Amino acid sequence: MSLSITLTINGAERAITLDDPRITLLDLLRERLDLTGTKKGCDRGQCGACTVLVDGRRVNSCLTLALSHDGADILTIEGVAQGATAGEPLHPVQAAFIAHDGFQCGFCTPGQIMSAIGMIQEGQAGNDPERVREAMSGNLCRCGAYVGITEAVLDAQRSMAETEAASGRRNAA
Amino acid sequence: MPEITLTQAPAHIRMGSSIGQPLTRREGVLKTTGAARFAADNHPPGMVYAALAVSSIARGRVTALNVAAAMAHPGVIEVMTPKNAPKLALDPDAKNNPFMFRLDLLQNDRVRYANQPIAVVVADTLEAATEGVALLEPQYEAEPARTGLDSDDSFAPAAVGAGSPAEESHGDITAGLAAASVRMEAVYDTPAQYHNAMEPHAIVAAWDGDTLSIDTPSQGMAMAQARIAGLFGIAPEGIHIRSPFLGGGFGSKGLFSGPQVLGIMAARLVGRPVKLVLRREQMFGPVGHRAPTRQTLRMGADGQGALTALSHHTKTASSTFDDFFEPAANASHALYASPAIATSHEVVRIDTGTPLFMRAPGEAPGSAALESAIDEMALACGMDPLAFRLKNYAEMEPISGKPFSSKALRQCYEQGAERFGWAKRPQAPRQMQDEAGMLVGWGMGTAVFPALMFQGQARAMLRQDGTGVVETGAHDMGQGAWTALAQIAADSLGLDLDRIEFRSGTSDLPDAGIAGGSAHTATVGTAIHGAGADVIGKLADLAMDDERSPLFGAGNAGVIARGGRLHRRDDDGRSESYADILARAGLAEIEGRGTGAIDPAAQAAYAMHAHGAVFAEVKVDPDFGQVRVTRLVGAFAAGTVVNPRMVRSQYYGGMIWGVSFALHEHAVMDKRSGRLMNPNLAEYYVPVNADVPSIEAILVEERDIHVNALGIKGVGEIGVTGTAGAIANAVWHATGVRVRSFPITLDQLLDA
Ligand code: FES
Ligand code: FES
Repeated sequence: MSLSITLTINGAERAITLDDPRITLLDLLRERLDLTGTKKGCDRGQCGACTVLVDGRRVNSCLTLALSHDGADILTIEGVAQGATAGEPLHPVQAAFIAHDGFQCGFCTPGQIMSAIGMIQEGQAGNDPERVREAMSGNLCRCGAYVGITEAVLDAQRSMAETEAASGRRNAA
Repeated sequence: MPEITLTQAPAHIRMGSSIGQPLTRREGVLKTTGAARFAADNHPPGMVYAALAVSSIARGRVTALNVAAAMAHPGVIEVMTPKNAPKLALDPDAKNNPFMFRLDLLQNDRVRYANQPIAVVVADTLEAATEGVALLEPQYEAEPARTGLDSDDSFAPAAVGAGSPAEESHGDITAGLAAASVRMEAVYDTPAQYHNAMEPHAIVAAWDGDTLSIDTPSQGMAMAQARIAGLFGIAPEGIHIRSPFLGGGFGSKGLFSGPQVLGIMAARLVGRPVKLVLRREQMFGPVGHRAPTRQTLRMGADGQGALTALSHHTKTASSTFDDFFEPAANASHALYASPAIATSHEVVRIDTGTPLFMRAPGEAPGSAALESAIDEMALACGMDPLAFRLKNYAEMEPISGKPFSSKALRQCYEQGAERFGWAKRPQAPRQMQDEAGMLVGWGMGTAVFPALMFQGQARAMLRQDGTGVVETGAHDMGQGAWTALAQIAADSLGLDLDRIEFRSGTSDLPDAGIAGGSAHTATVGTAIHGAGADVIGKLADLAMDDERSPLFGAGNAGVIARGGRLHRRDDDGRSESYADILARAGLAEIEGRGTGAIDPAAQAAYAMHAHGAVFAEVKVDPDFGQVRVTRLVGAFAAGTVVNPRMVRSQYYGGMIWGVSFALHEHAVMDKRSGRLMNPNLAEYYVPVNADVPSIEAILVEERDIHVNALGIKGVGEIGVTGTAGAIANAVWHATGVRVRSFPITLDQLLDA
């Protein structure tokens, strides 16, 4: 059986032929497209390690079949700041995770970062650490890096808002 | 600038500014961009997928597997069962040393715990392998499961934990209790807990003749090599392990596990590289856990609140086929002074996977019980819990009478209490409420963890361009080895960090021992320190023996290595760069080696521990009994702080494990079947971000000249201790209800 879909992954449109209808979005990314930054911690929607953005929304990619996303726009950790490993600047959320030591082993980190980017876009938490913690609670961190994660998200959110305000001023001028 | 003095003559000094700096993680970009390759991210050409089938009974035999159905599924290549599993060179039930744990490797049809591997399906795709497992439909001949701490005749083991005596005592407990004017006795229960690192155990194994290449998370690559070599009858040097990043370990990746071996066997069977990753529910069985305990504490005190007796007895469980005994009672050895102390253990055997070291093994449950009991005793004596702990402050290690190599616990108490505002705590319970009507309680606990060291090696080189290379097969499971060890490496060579290359994380590098016991930084750091000393000594000899060098004849005075140059100690202005010394000697590089291990003389003379004090605030809903931790302050003293940013993160992580111990984690075993009822991350609770309050960790200064050359104690586990007890004590203070069964759940507080 082969099934064809088209996905835009990290900005590039890809025609994908699935060899099996059971393939989750997570296993498509990890096992077939060599996008292994997205992690599998439970395969059941219980840990958030597999979080990616689908059409801008946070999704547990282990819980959704690749086939059901024909035409979707997918952002994974690899697409957040392309070229960063070659010295290009990091996304403010990534930089803040490093600065605030928002990870230890780093296994939950891609999911945390994708979740943070999604959460900031949702604009639901404001500057309230309590609400950030709540909104980030779908992403488990067994190392217990939560203090740094919360600080990093708040910090990145602030710096992103400032950048946006500055560019808004420039555009208005 | 930290000064490092060499012990060998002549006394050369190395100076660097890396140790002590709060550098960010050197692998930070890799980990935040998804570029860090964990074991399961590897995909060698020709690789196929293995999926594990596990037992749904706890005891008995597998009588049938529908192998034909699995094989008929498209994409399935092979089903490995006891009928066709490769034979091994060593019986996996052989136990040649206490750290060789018995493994279930499809050598027979026996089932001795739920979730034990019973078959492996190999297929072209993960989907096919997974479906193949579902098609096996195993049939069993089940026997009644033995479960629970009351299940069977108990026995007194010869040793507990990593080989400590199961019974220890000093003084006369009976006399101490008889002489007491205040006495308490209480029983505390702690549940089975599972490590649940976020990264499931995974292996990618590829054979080439009798050499084996594997990607797998390991806290001890050399031990893993030896274990694999023994099982497969191949040379350890032919086994190449890559473990640059572990997605958490917490003890469960210390010893090579059965499922990891099965991945290697499957690769041999199908003659292709194989990837095998455990499913989350499969991590509740074959990869270790913390055993449940029932702990009985008895204490006596005189009229002034001084302990006269402290007795700590632990009943725990191990598997029916192997020995790991949670050494919980030993938590009472090092903290509180008492003229009489007795600790003992007893064990029952149940149908479970063998328990193992799990972050603060023994210390975590032992501390939860001890710190609760100390609180109860303080109350019985009418004393503030901090005052009671200070009254019984140990100036010598209580169980051994040895002096401490260093102990800044008093400062931990002071700084932690001050920061928390402990002085304002009313002594009686149920005195505080917040504006929303929540009951507020404050509690504290003392943290302690031994300063251990294992054996580790390192190699250091200086190259002609004046840069350095330091190599050691260390393990970074999140504690920050890539960064902290590189900092030590830079200082060990008197170079700036950007002038050295630090290589780690593979088995072809010098054996760094095991990352456990909070001992890795101390052990490997000491090895690196020694390797640097060795190289600098050789370099100094080259210069001092050469009359063309400005250092010629510095012999007795020695040199200082700093910023890539050697300086005369008695005349700092006379110096020469490493590059110039090597160039003139015509050497491309020079190499040195170092070993890290405990100094037996120091160990015999001193008791070595890190200490801390943890203060907790909880809020309890008076109607529903729901408990929230709202504030945690920990103050810890653990010798030299190599990287304060990472040390603080270790304390946070440990304290969050303490929260988890107190309020969340609980593996529930069905008493009838021996199966776990909550083997997943939705029902086996671990803290989420919203469970974690404002946490502070204070790094209390402490200098220790006995533990090792760098004065490093461990920081990875101590945060778990003290915290669980502090939270239990805060819950009591909020509600007046003393819960002695962990985790503390709302049903236990509903009558509050
Ligand atoms: S792997 Fe998807 S939520 Fe855990
Ligand atoms: S950093 Fe290890 S699980 Fe989050």
